[in-house]
Amino acid sequence: MLYRECGQFKSSYKSDSSIFPILQDKIGILSLLAVAFFVVPVFANEYWLGSILIPFLILSLAAIGLNILTGYAGQLSLGSAAFMAVGAFAAYNFALRMPGLPLIVDFILAGLTAAGVGILFGLPSLRIKGFYLAVATLAAQFFIIWALTRFGWFSNYSASGIITAPPIIIFGYEFSSAASRYLLTLSIVSVFALAATNIIRSSVGRSWMAIRDMDIAAEVIGIKMLNTKLLAFAISSFFCGVAGALWAFLYLGTVDAQAFDLARSFEILFMIIIGGVGSILGSFLGAAFIILLPILLNVFFSLFSGAVHADTISHIEVMIFGALIIFFLIVEPHGLARLWQIAKEKLRLWPFPH
Amino acid sequence: MVSTGRKKGETLLKVENVSLRFGGVKALTNISLEVKQHEIAAIIGPNGAGKSSMLNVINGVYHPQEGKITYKGQTRSKMRADEAARQGIARTFQNIALFKGMSVLDNIMTGRNLKMKTNFLQQAIYWGAAQREEIEHRHKVEEIIDFLRIESIRKTPVGRLPYGLQKRVELGRALAAEPEMLLLDEPMAGMNVEEKEDMCRFILDVNDEFGTTIVLIEHDMGVVMDISDTVVVLDYGRRIAMGPPSEVRANQEVIDAYLGGAH
Amino acid sequence: MDFFFEVLIGGLLAGVMYSLVALGFVLIYKASGVLNFAQGAMVFFAALTFVSLLEKGLNFWAVLVLTLGFMVLMAYSIQKLVLDKLVNQPQITLFMATIGLAFFIEGFAQTLWGTEVHGLDLGIPDEPFIVAGMYISQFDIIAALLAGVLVAALAVFFNKTRIGRALRAVADDHQAALTVGIPLQQIWVIVWAVAGVVALVAGLLWGSRLGVQFSLTLIALKALPVLILGGFTSVPGAIVGGLIIGGSEKLAEVYIGPYVGGAIEDWFPYMLAMLILLIRPEGLFGEKHIERV
Repeated sequence: MLYRECGQFKSSYKSDSSIFPILQDKIGILSLLAVAFFVVPVFANEYWLGSILIPFLILSLAAIGLNILTGYAGQLSLGSAAFMAVGAFAAYNFALRMPGLPLIVDFILAGLTAAGVGILFGLPSLRIKGFYLAVATLAAQFFIIWALTRFGWFSNYSASGIITAPPIIIFGYEFSSAASRYLLTLSIVSVFALAATNIIRSSVGRSWMAIRDMDIAAEVIGIKMLNTKLLAFAISSFFCGVAGALWAFLYLGTVDAQAFDLARSFEILFMIIIGGVGSILGSFLGAAFIILLPILLNVFFSLFSGAVHADTISHIEVMIFGALIIFFLIVEPHGLARLWQIAKEKLRLWPFPH
Repeated sequence: MVSTGRKKGETLLKVENVSLRFGGVKALTNISLEVKQHEIAAIIGPNGAGKSSMLNVINGVYHPQEGKITYKGQTRSKMRADEAARQGIARTFQNIALFKGMSVLDNIMTGRNLKMKTNFLQQAIYWGAAQREEIEHRHKVEEIIDFLRIESIRKTPVGRLPYGLQKRVELGRALAAEPEMLLLDEPMAGMNVEEKEDMCRFILDVNDEFGTTIVLIEHDMGVVMDISDTVVVLDYGRRIAMGPPSEVRANQEVIDAYLGGAH
Repeated sequence: MDFFFEVLIGGLLAGVMYSLVALGFVLIYKASGVLNFAQGAMVFFAALTFVSLLEKGLNFWAVLVLTLGFMVLMAYSIQKLVLDKLVNQPQITLFMATIGLAFFIEGFAQTLWGTEVHGLDLGIPDEPFIVAGMYISQFDIIAALLAGVLVAALAVFFNKTRIGRALRAVADDHQAALTVGIPLQQIWVIVWAVAGVVALVAGLLWGSRLGVQFSLTLIALKALPVLILGGFTSVPGAIVGGLIIGGSEKLAEVYIGPYVGGAIEDWFPYMLAMLILLIRPEGLFGEKHIERV
């Protein structure tokens, strides 16, 4: 009853194509944002802000990036973490070697660097499709991490290739507390999520989905394969690159190339599978799920305190991840986002059964 | 239904001596045909005659090994698919090539893709140029939705629609490009009498109102004879007749091909 | 020059072992169109189970039989719990399911048997032969021979037995196979079981070479470039692909490696595969795919 659209008629194309056409949804998202911006930083403790919410937001951003490439444009990529690495190291190097630049510019430049590398590794996608392309992205993943580790220049010749982020100072204000870093991350991720949603609902997004669904028909309509695919690689890598920079600067503080290894790429892939391929909301839901699951498992197993060895717990986690992937692919290939949609549709009728 | 006396223009499309092979299979052998502007041309023939291959060659999905294609005065040895689109050729497919993951509205909007000029940065910001462009093209698409009478399903994901409606949506997507030449591959296959009449009316209206040249593949002889100006008959990848419907109907070779005379 | 051949032969022999893992992929892909990302996990599981049972003091052959039993059971479970529910899904979905499966099997293996590295002694001598002044590992030769025997056995199985024929029918066309009465589900269980056996052999050989540890799963990743070179459906292709990858990897490491800081084995096979794909998008042995519109 609460969720009915009764009486909500759209009288212009403008209002029909808004992101949240149903009034209740609009109220919902605005409240969520209000809470996220004004309530959470005041009441949440440092652990939650610094170790859960910030990585959640950053990984959501990376998941959106991968969703753009794999979910919307249909190009399977197993190398998203490598592009995060490019972003992280690029941001570090820009901050180090061009100290006059504002930090936000460093982040943008890092994203652009990642986009450039993304375009390079996306060039094969014109000739190669499906699994084969996935293997090419693996080439990117392995090569990039190797290069960042081997060539000391990237990490300014530090021992074991670790880079340490400089203090975050924007307009003279130092973002050192968990709450301030959280707000900065939240702002950046919100802007990017909005940009992604806007692109998806415009002609670029449609051309991506056209290529994904039937590329021959897309070509026949006049959609240029190469440009469209490369744009997907570029924008996706830009998002992942910025996410990587945020990971290094606003979350960990110090990071090495190994933090962006194949396992991380799989983690991001799992986020979009579980959250919902081809859905911005799904990117957030999937990231939340993957971040919270280990914590829930730890809490669960600590009930049998000591009876189960810490190592075994992590193995069981891996098993559960794997099982969940399979579960979602069987039961709801469109992931949590679709489950959310189904729930909303049921809400429209509630409390009536049909 | 009687075709009105439309004023036919110059030759829009000329196909000369085109041959197409897939490995050892000869799909088309030495085919020539001509289509004049504003006319409705039908390509008919038994199954496997090469009709779809012919359309695919015209709009660049397949590249012939021999022959020339002249469109709007420009001659080339093969057409490229995106080039064909830019030159104003649109088409529908035999097995429906809609984008299953998108709604009816979005599918038809993709047909406007070539006409949308904003870049991704403008679209990322959305408010301003990109939004204006979306709404401007939405108007056009809604005209097509109106014309095809599919308003009630505009937000439905295309995969959920029955076959007949999907075919209509596909026509809508082709029309969205405001094409000069429309290639229709069995637009009425699998439809009942009413749906066929509707589709016929749409095709005739499009030709009448917008002057769109139409090349269609169709098995229903009644429809073909009624609405086409020219009929091209293919059999085993060769052209066995070409001319106005009355001529072709009486052609002995054509009768043999359909009724199975000695080959 | 001698050194070159030594490295090359060493690489080729390693390549045979890659082929062995790739073979498991080819079997499953041929019969069900599924690219089984979990093949590496299966190799790891087989080796770990074998070694753990062996360390419990059981007889070698008993352990072999038991492990084989485990692999067959695994094949059956995978068929019933995963593949059956995903029939008719697009290939990419099945591929992602096998990624989930890989994680599950890896976690399961380590939950069951723990994480220590185990040495595995199969009783194969390790002293090198000296042939024409070059050192050639006896172990590698015997491993290559074993792999060769396995491939030959599989070739006979596919071409000369009724079940083999059924498998080839299924690989060609599921629907047609169903219409002639071939029980699709059973065939798939058989295929996965055979792939499991191949995984076991590969696991034992690689395990005794490198020790049985988690990194065995990464060998499967190396099999992907092999598949790209050799095609996803070709047994001889898997062999040739494996040889090429093994040989070129070692040669690249030795000759190019020092100039760029070493450890290029990690990415070289992938780059090579990618370059080959650019020239021939179907892989060296793959079939050209013509899309009908």
